[in-house]
Amino acid sequence: MTATLKKTTQRGLTRRQLLTRAVAAGASFVVGTGFVAGRDAAWAMEVQHLQPESMATLVQMARDIYPHDHVGDKFYAAAVKGYDSDDDSDAIEAGIADLNAAARNAGYDSYLDIGWERDRVDILRGMESSPFFQQIRGGLVTGLYNQKDLWPLFGYEGESFSKGGYLNNGFDDITWV
Amino acid sequence: MTTTFDLNDDSVVVVIGTGAGGGTLANELAQKGIKVVSLEAGQWHEPQDFVQDEWASFGQLAWLDGRTTSGDWRVSDDFSGLPAWIVKSVGGSAVHWAGASLRFQDHEWKAKTSYGNVPGASLLDWPIDAAEMDPWYTKAEDKLHVTRTGDRPGLPGNNNFKVFEAGAKALGYENVNTGRMAIRSSDTGDGTPCQQMGFCFQGCKVAAKWSPSYDEIPAALDTGNAELRTQAHVLRIEHDDQGRVSGVVYSDAEGNEQLQKARVVALAGNSIESPRILLNSASNMFPDGLANSSGQVGRNYMRHMTGSVYAVFDQPVKMWRGTTMAGIITDEARHDPSRGFVGGYEMETLSLGLPFMAAFLDPGGWGREFTSALDGYENMAGMWLVGEDMPQETNRVSLNTDVQDQYGLPVPNVHFDDHPNDIAMRNHAYERGQAIYDAVGATRTFPTPPYPSTHNLGTNRMSENARDGVVNRWGQSHDIPNLFVSDGSQFTTGAAENPTLTIVALAIRQADHIASEMSAGNL
Repeated sequence: MTATLKKTTQRGLTRRQLLTRAVAAGASFVVGTGFVAGRDAAWAMEVQHLQPESMATLVQMARDIYPHDHVGDKFYAAAVKGYDSDDDSDAIEAGIADLNAAARNAGYDSYLDIGWERDRVDILRGMESSPFFQQIRGGLVTGLYNQKDLWPLFGYEGESFSKGGYLNNGFDDITWV
Repeated sequence: MTTTFDLNDDSVVVVIGTGAGGGTLANELAQKGIKVVSLEAGQWHEPQDFVQDEWASFGQLAWLDGRTTSGDWRVSDDFSGLPAWIVKSVGGSAVHWAGASLRFQDHEWKAKTSYGNVPGASLLDWPIDAAEMDPWYTKAEDKLHVTRTGDRPGLPGNNNFKVFEAGAKALGYENVNTGRMAIRSSDTGDGTPCQQMGFCFQGCKVAAKWSPSYDEIPAALDTGNAELRTQAHVLRIEHDDQGRVSGVVYSDAEGNEQLQKARVVALAGNSIESPRILLNSASNMFPDGLANSSGQVGRNYMRHMTGSVYAVFDQPVKMWRGTTMAGIITDEARHDPSRGFVGGYEMETLSLGLPFMAAFLDPGGWGREFTSALDGYENMAGMWLVGEDMPQETNRVSLNTDVQDQYGLPVPNVHFDDHPNDIAMRNHAYERGQAIYDAVGATRTFPTPPYPSTHNLGTNRMSENARDGVVNRWGQSHDIPNLFVSDGSQFTTGAAENPTLTIVALAIRQADHIASEMSAGNL
């Protein structure tokens, strides 16, 4: 999934084009017509059904639910990209609207406008039992953590059959016990 | 040579299921020259087809047909449609199992006598005991290549074990080692020894771990006395006017209903599906389901007291390297009511990959408390806690007539409430598990709630008296002499130990009994 994101950037827009056609969305994202991207233009995603701002909000929400500071936004973007579909987009837009309404009630312009994670998390706690929140959170369990190129960031090595298992490859190499 | 039997051949023993019970029984009968038709709901996956990828493997192997849950157990909240993590494949859940192969302790065969009257528990003594089972256990240990039995060496300890062992010794535990495992530990010319790959739960790709899928079923087929039909999902068992079972109705791979006639039927579909088949086989003669004059079919569902403890350290462990269950502490398996509960529990190392750790560490959890735990994944060690839970009549598998499966049959509902004894034992085990890791410098420990059940037991229980249970000391229905139960559903009580070795020992013994009864003209 991540590979698709990179490809989109390369094929669709140069880094310069991307940044000149985009406006800021929150602290981490820029959005333009039909796309959302990281502020550093390290990744970009075309959106066809969701508003680009809604996708940016979804990526931020994904990070706030499962925050790993050593994991880049592209993994969170890949985890929620599937919601940009005909079937899902109406419900997702409604959920994002609820999220932004809760942010406005708390005195912010929008969810993405909230600067501190703890203040965004307060908003999420308030809607924790909603089907929208549970759909996003539940989907992330596999959508985020089952990305094979994410595993090395946690030290996890994945399959071992191709290297003959760990019998001669460190299954008992612990030194500190 | 492939042997096939005619659907109208009523001289065959039909075995439903190819797991630890059914797979073993089929092979043992075939070796004795008895004609067997094995019906397996799943497909046959060869070792090279197994996938070392947790979710992909789950999709390949898990039994995902619709089920519902109720009761106060947390699994019902966290995994409401998935009460059990068991397998639909040739080899059954003995494809997925970790391999721990411990005998029941003497007192566990006499749970009611040993524990006395426990309010709310439907305890019963087994009609068999340790002395009677001893030779069958020995045969089972030889069949399963169980380490630390016979002259088989133990497996070497991996990183996860070394942390576990150091903590156990620091606390003064005396019985900690790499366990009795049904995993080939040396090259004896009979299969590949363990390569410490990890992924025991996903099916062993070098077939070092015993599984009926490659150890029993091919041997049965080689005799020429057995036929295996895969994707044969059993719908019901039929009977004749005399009340003896006469055949098994199943849906074949193309979705067509077939009736295989039978001289004897042995039911081994695991403790959810086995009682469900009996209940779905209700007839005018048996309106409450087959073999259910006691009303006990589906009741006394047990799932073992379980839980896990994971711990993060300030240095790497890499627990996923090597056997998934790499060591066992048996000190807490004794019966010692001074701890505040009856029965005991085993502590067994366990590892999950990152994807499953995310799903099972704290189901529903989110935010930094959750993610900072996963950030320590590389520095994590883990153990599983498994102990005897109390049978309760109200914990049961029943038919949920509001929900139908793909065959139009009511799905099983699995109701489970923890008994106070289960809760007291789990809390004790959490404390001990956390203490073990604290003793080797854990910076944080996690008392992790139970996963969907892998040990499903007791729903067609064995009893001396017909009024108390479903089958007799041979696993034979009290009501219907040519109907046998051959899986963990025949367990009278669960004991503290992982059930597979006992299921296999009972199946070997049952095969002997069926063969002698057939020779004597009684079946």
